[in-house]
Amino acid sequence: MSTQNSPENLVADTGSEVPSTGSLRRTPLHDLHISRQAKMVPFAGYDMPVSYPLGTLKEHLNARESVGIFDVSHMGQFLISSEEAVAQLMERLVPGNIVGLKPGRMRYTQLTNSDGGIIDDLMVTRLGVDGGRDWLFLVVNGARKEVDLAHIKASIGDAANVVELEDQALIAVQGPMAASHLERLFKGVSAAPFMSIMKYEDSAYGKVWISRCGYTGEDGFEISLAGLHAATLAEKLLSADGVELCGLGARDSLRLEAGLCLYGHDIDEATSPVEAGLTWSIGKRRRENGGFPGDKRIMRELEEGADRRLVGISPLGRAPAREGVAIVDGDGKNIGQITSGGFSPTLSRPIAMGYVAKGFAAAGTELGLLVRGKTLAAEVVDLPFVPHRYYRSRKA
Amino acid sequence: MSVYFTKDHEYIRIEGDVGVVGISEYAQEQLGDIVFVELPDSGKSLQSGDEAAVVESVKAASEVYAPVSGEVVESNEDLADNPALVNETPEEGAWFFKMKLSDQNELENLMSADDYKAFIEDLG
Repeated sequence: MSTQNSPENLVADTGSEVPSTGSLRRTPLHDLHISRQAKMVPFAGYDMPVSYPLGTLKEHLNARESVGIFDVSHMGQFLISSEEAVAQLMERLVPGNIVGLKPGRMRYTQLTNSDGGIIDDLMVTRLGVDGGRDWLFLVVNGARKEVDLAHIKASIGDAANVVELEDQALIAVQGPMAASHLERLFKGVSAAPFMSIMKYEDSAYGKVWISRCGYTGEDGFEISLAGLHAATLAEKLLSADGVELCGLGARDSLRLEAGLCLYGHDIDEATSPVEAGLTWSIGKRRRENGGFPGDKRIMRELEEGADRRLVGISPLGRAPAREGVAIVDGDGKNIGQITSGGFSPTLSRPIAMGYVAKGFAAAGTELGLLVRGKTLAAEVVDLPFVPHRYYRSRKA
Repeated sequence: MSVYFTKDHEYIRIEGDVGVVGISEYAQEQLGDIVFVELPDSGKSLQSGDEAAVVESVKAASEVYAPVSGEVVESNEDLADNPALVNETPEEGAWFFKMKLSDQNELENLMSADDYKAFIEDLG
């Protein structure tokens, strides 16, 4: 028996410079992973847990039914501040509407290049003015943080101060019970609107910033805190019933069910936000006025449609179709490629995402997938595979 | 009853002139939750080392090789409907296929249960 795509290959960010064994970085929760017997793999230059003894399948289902805890401290956390209006500066780099964000609110967007490709996708939180400076908080992909930092500094570094919070941990708490568990430790957090940040300046875990967001499609939070307090908080959360750690394996299957892109797989420097189905993240004013890198291509694609589209794909049989599998039409002609694919624990069947040529993107379109020399029947489906259950406040 | 193992973690259990092939306890543990198994058709002729079956976990796809040469005489249809059986009883109920050996001498190239145990201990 031999494994073609090993777990580390399957989940590793491409574009990452994975150091040779021994030089992997460790997150503040590394000791906790080892003590809880995680299987560790290299990911984005870090030694990271791919699964725990519970196993990917049960970790995944527990996050859908109760609460999953994820160490995402490998991700980059940046603070950007300026004496000028910092949101205007940021809009030079992304197609998202940052100027329209109220302080305390956050948005998903992309750093684009001059060809309209995606340098990285990220969360931008507007913190507001403090101490005479205007502040933004960014969370970017681990494998891209050096690239992002250099790009942002080169682009707006003259007018803004850009700092990576290197000693900061990031813990994701995801699932339908996440709010009630966190409320016991952080009063008021369960009432925070979706895509907002709550600051606890003097908690038992030091200064803690909690964002209501995530990468699973569930209600959930991402907690930014000093690395030295991270294990104490994680152990406290894990001491409650129904709370289990999730490794990178479950993180990948949860985000795929939610139809969310993985950088280096579904999106990269060649794919545009329009091709990737991220048009929803481009503000109306930005679509009309442009003013971000690659605006010519992106505005043209918004007008005319893109040559290819990222779509949801359901293989009709039981065999999973993984990244790299060729997609063909009814005549056997190559029309695209799977960029993420695997097994859905929630649906108990294979699911995938991939790019298809213009004309094949409508839900219900029949496709063939070339897996081990056979053509497997599949069809285009609407994303997400599993409905999002983000928090909506009662009064809204 | 004698069981032999390969360095790729297949086992073959000899029952008369038929060998029962599957993957080891160690292999299922390494793979994690198994969600799909593709089996060879009866009558298929295999050379030692040929790709004989595919097993997919939540994480990855892996090939299962023929430990010895021979002809497939039966495959375990239970696995198609319930691939998770491989995680539960890999070395008993969840065999993959049975093959008629073409040359019993090929078994000498494989590891005994004790040798295999030492082999996986070395893997850490």
